[in-house]
Amino acid sequence: MRNPKHTRSITGQPDTTLPRYPLDRVYACLRGSFSACLLGGVALLAATPHAHAAPPASVENGRYLARAADCEVCHTAEGGTPYAGGRAFSLPGIGVMYAPNITPDKTAGIGTWTDQQFVDAVRKGVSPHWKHLYPAMPYPAYARMSEAQVRDIRAYLATLPVSPQKTPENAIKFPFSIRGLMVFWNMLNGPAASYADDPGKPADWNRGRYLVEGPGHCADCHTPRTATFGLDGKRALGGNVVNGWRAYNLTSDKQSGLGAWSDQDLAQYLATGHADGHGTAAGDMADVVGHSLRYLSAPDIHAMVVYLRSIPPLHTAEDTVERTTPPAGDATLPQTTRGARLYASACAGCHMPDGTGRQSSFGTITGARSLGADNGRNLVQILVQGSGMQTTTGVQIMPHFAGGGLSERDLADIASFVMTHFTTATPHNMEQAVHDAKEAK
Amino acid sequence: MTTPTPRPTMASRRQLLGAGGALVLATFWPTMHHGRAQGAARSGGTAAEQGMLVENAQGVFAPNAYIRIAADNRITLILPNVEMGQGIYTSSVMLIAEELGIDMAQVAIEAAPPGAGAEITGGSTSVMTEWLPLRQAGAAARSMLVQAAAARWQAQVADCTTRSATIIHVPTGRTLPFGAVAAQAAALPVPQKPTLKDPATYTLLGKPQHRIDSTVKVEGRAIFGMDVQVPGQKIGTVAACPVEGGTLASMNRAAALAVHGVQAVLVNAPNNTVCVVADHYWAARKGLRALKPQWHYGPNAHVTTQTIYDQLHDGLSGPAIVANTKGDAPAIIAHAPTTYTATYQQPLLAHAPMEPINCTAHVRPDGCDIWTGTQIADRARDTAVELTGLPKEKVAVHCQYIGGGFGRRLEHEYVTQCIEFARQLPYPLKIIWSREEDLTRDRYRPAYVDQMTAALDDRGFITALTHRIVGPAVVARWDPPELTKDGYDEDLSVTTIITPYTYPAYRLEFARREAPGVVTAWWRGVGGTRGLFVVEGFIDELAHRAGADPVAYRRAMLAQNPRALAVLDKAAQLAGWNTPLPPGRARGVAVQFAFGSYMASIAEVEMPEPDNVIIHRVTAVVDCGRVLNPDQVVSQIEGGLIFGFSAALYNEITLEGGRVQQNNFNTWRIMRMNEAPRKIDVLLMPSTEDPGGIGEVGTAAAAPVLANAMAAAQGRRYRTLPLLSPRNGATGKEQG
Amino acid sequence: MLSLNINGQSHQVDVDPDTPLLWVLRDVLGLNATKFGCGIAQCGACTVHMDGRAVRACNLPVGLIGEQHISTLEGVAPTDPVAKAVQAAWVALDVVQCGYCQPGQIMAAIALLRSVPNPTDEQIDSAMSANLCRCGTYVRIRAAIHHAAGALA
Ligand code: FES
Ligand code: FES
Repeated sequence: MRNPKHTRSITGQPDTTLPRYPLDRVYACLRGSFSACLLGGVALLAATPHAHAAPPASVENGRYLARAADCEVCHTAEGGTPYAGGRAFSLPGIGVMYAPNITPDKTAGIGTWTDQQFVDAVRKGVSPHWKHLYPAMPYPAYARMSEAQVRDIRAYLATLPVSPQKTPENAIKFPFSIRGLMVFWNMLNGPAASYADDPGKPADWNRGRYLVEGPGHCADCHTPRTATFGLDGKRALGGNVVNGWRAYNLTSDKQSGLGAWSDQDLAQYLATGHADGHGTAAGDMADVVGHSLRYLSAPDIHAMVVYLRSIPPLHTAEDTVERTTPPAGDATLPQTTRGARLYASACAGCHMPDGTGRQSSFGTITGARSLGADNGRNLVQILVQGSGMQTTTGVQIMPHFAGGGLSERDLADIASFVMTHFTTATPHNMEQAVHDAKEAK
Repeated sequence: MTTPTPRPTMASRRQLLGAGGALVLATFWPTMHHGRAQGAARSGGTAAEQGMLVENAQGVFAPNAYIRIAADNRITLILPNVEMGQGIYTSSVMLIAEELGIDMAQVAIEAAPPGAGAEITGGSTSVMTEWLPLRQAGAAARSMLVQAAAARWQAQVADCTTRSATIIHVPTGRTLPFGAVAAQAAALPVPQKPTLKDPATYTLLGKPQHRIDSTVKVEGRAIFGMDVQVPGQKIGTVAACPVEGGTLASMNRAAALAVHGVQAVLVNAPNNTVCVVADHYWAARKGLRALKPQWHYGPNAHVTTQTIYDQLHDGLSGPAIVANTKGDAPAIIAHAPTTYTATYQQPLLAHAPMEPINCTAHVRPDGCDIWTGTQIADRARDTAVELTGLPKEKVAVHCQYIGGGFGRRLEHEYVTQCIEFARQLPYPLKIIWSREEDLTRDRYRPAYVDQMTAALDDRGFITALTHRIVGPAVVARWDPPELTKDGYDEDLSVTTIITPYTYPAYRLEFARREAPGVVTAWWRGVGGTRGLFVVEGFIDELAHRAGADPVAYRRAMLAQNPRALAVLDKAAQLAGWNTPLPPGRARGVAVQFAFGSYMASIAEVEMPEPDNVIIHRVTAVVDCGRVLNPDQVVSQIEGGLIFGFSAALYNEITLEGGRVQQNNFNTWRIMRMNEAPRKIDVLLMPSTEDPGGIGEVGTAAAAPVLANAMAAAQGRRYRTLPLLSPRNGATGKEQG
Repeated sequence: MLSLNINGQSHQVDVDPDTPLLWVLRDVLGLNATKFGCGIAQCGACTVHMDGRAVRACNLPVGLIGEQHISTLEGVAPTDPVAKAVQAAWVALDVVQCGYCQPGQIMAAIALLRSVPNPTDEQIDSAMSANLCRCGTYVRIRAAIHHAAGALA
């Protein structure tokens, strides 16, 4: 599961608000568990896989996979020691959940775990003493990794400096606190298994499928959920809303998916978080690029592209946006509306009136879905929350604009202007959208 | 703004600094008390008559300004007031050059080192204090130079004249450059009452002169504190506990030191601020991020904005200091058939000068140098003396151009902070505050609540007025002896009881409430900015209540004040007050007397929606006495208004958990070009009165003139700042 | 070591590639005309030209610059007619107050006039509103740009 909200401290002050776990997802998931229970479902666990002689684990491979699986973001508190846990996931009505310390510390971390215990936690969501993990941990996807690969990750984690940082107790309210309920969820939606390559497909497709469905766990955000909050296989990678952000449609649909992207653009976006004509990753996706994707090898990025290309097209209205091209240059904003005036003041310093990046291409927003799709959902999110993406040349920041001299209506006006200046979208209820985004912050 | 009381000095001494054939003339004048300046200007007295030229000073002597004329004809003026945008270098040079008979371009300027307690730039007092002494200095130097030349030529002084730093013997056409007789002139006695030019013959004063700092600034050559480069210096950036009164709990020193370029991690003595020192700012900033200081927030960790407002509103009842009184206003109000009450509220404000806070210091066993932009060089020096134990004369303060003062640089805590860190290092240290530090660790303009109650006659005019101010007394911290023995801060009277209006009876009360968790300070326009919003808003309400035209209502109250009446009439005429407005527009007016100057302003606004204000035009008519450099007065009014509009429309510092929540220009909004008034017309009234201050006049007018225009546009009052705050909307209470 | 082309000269600097150009100019190379105001591209005090475009040096990591040419106010050639006209207009109208924002304003104005030789008020507002001036010199900046445009016409 992607870390929900990660507002970087872009203006110097640590952000003390807790990230929020996608509420609807958790509720749905637990509701599913109950119904399974009431139906008299029997608690059965998947059979413990038989142990077999493992080849020596590779630390290097483990580091690579840990990055591909993006472990660090969730297992690091805001501004904290990497992998020492403590990142809080606030679940309104349910409580607060903390990602555990996974450094090799013997008491605070996982230093005393056996490899098999680690493998079970990652692949089955069961930690030592049969504590079932909540599916904030994307073990159903991680199960695509082989046991050997997961042991590699373990081997890498074992090289980390130990951190004695204690993970705070989860403060989950009854009945959600009953971890055993996860058993039922697992039965319905639970761990898959690593699968063999499809011999009918090229090697890079197979590698891509593994990266996308396994460690990358892309579907966790980009696939809509079923009633029991499992991934909806019929609408795989068809886009979803997570933490108020739209995780866009990744299928091959030309209008609403990736169908119109060139291979090169897609590869560049995955590897750097930006492609001209498609904007820059923000919010959770900025974290995915910054902590995970940008470390993948070029052949692996290529493999992901190959696989994503093969996802059957699925049209989604929310991800559809039609761009318009504003006149080029630095002096082209109609100063007649408040939105345009505010854009000239607060936004043009990076994005230029025509949407091209002023300082660098990270500021180039032209063509980005976020400028109009889903009634400007991600546009509003980024105005309210800001974003930061780790790149090889530092953190690329977008400051937030909530909470100062700009009112909700000011932000709504900026969003409306952007939507109509760069796309053909028809904004509606923007002030409410800004208000909701601020409330959720 | 209030400034320390000058120490009287009888001392005088010929200054022969940097002698070797140079004429060096020093002038001394005491810095005025602000309130006294107001009074003097009001009563038509000469505000700066205490200025004097000096010679043969005994003991400690601290001149305010020097004129140095070297043998090679280089003319240098060493000025006490710091240039922070107000154009003071230019007007000071004009004053001297006019009397001395030199061209503006022939002068070089230096900032004076700290003296004995008079070098304060603030309160719009510069021109007021320098008006007489600088002209006297120029005239005295000219007279000595002419005498020396006449002696050399064996000619009559009366036959000589001066032009462009040259003495001319009119009958023969002989000339001598000033420098050629500087040494001889220096040997002559200084005339104590030099004859000043007849203003009718002025060639510089009163005529627009270009700023002498335009070119250096336009070419990027002006050195601000931020730009100081001392050989061997390193750059530090700081983080203070984000809650006032907290202390450092822990930090990751090793992580900071591991950052490429980081040289040192320092903690100050009070243990509330850390500094990461590096080769350049970015390395220091990265180091600070890695350092991750953790804090004990201390006793103010619970403070919120509401805590502060609650406390202010609480002060509206209960005991208060009676600051000023005439007649028995409460009794008149108690028996009046009609009374009217309104309560006004104003928020904490940050200064946010464009140049973030910075200071450079080199502390050595044998001395200390400080380079910074300061409005108060003496205190910068004194804090170094205190911290280092060095004698005064071993501490040098090098004043730099200031990238925006607005009162922020009347504080010197950043100098103290810099020295605390620099003394731990063998090399010079420049500290640079991030903008986040600058905004969250500012010393803020206080929040205030004001309540006014008027007794009204049957025409709706005031028969008695009570006014209670609730808020801090800034002067109590900044200059404790200036607090009256009752505990009153006289700055609060400016534009509050010192107004162009005359009331039959009044009573001004002050209930002091020091805000917890914030340090409060002076802010552009200080008392004037606070008071004018309240008083001009209230007068406007009364006019509205009486069904009177706001200009006509004020005219009736200004009958005894011809200067105020004149600016109001002129402004109404220029703004077309009695002409119909284009549809959707409205006008508002404000009249003021502050900082020794009168002004009437009229704003024309359009509000397409209740939260959308377009300022089409502002007309301001100013009577600031004799105008030295007209275009710079206009420039100060333009800028002062825009500075004030930012605050009036957008600005409010808020606290949550003791921490300031606005931290950079994404959340601290400043008016931008496309929001600024489309047109600002400033007219200066011809006057032969002594000059008044001008740097804060526009700022004080901004909120009231805008609020009154918005009230006219929306048909409701604006009593709370910022104006677009949802708290606006309540109505005044009328009884009768 | 990174190589940067600044004001027509090549400079080798030993800084991390994430270092914003602003701090390399100011603290490493001692080119102080370019000012620090906010560090988040909200004020424009740090405006310089990169291949002729007005950019914010505080938000431009040197690692992204590559071969592109940087020019700062120090390097705006006094022989360049646009730069000359802008600076002259600024002096003629006495635009500056404290002056701290003005190098950035001037660099932005030069870039504007190079691409739009005779801008309307709306075009000036559009291009210049991302540059803050705390002293409030906007009215004069606008006038000075018109003045410079007139002088160049
Ligand atoms: S310092 Fe770069 S835009 Fe403000
Ligand atoms: S002139 Fe002072 S900030 Fe612009």
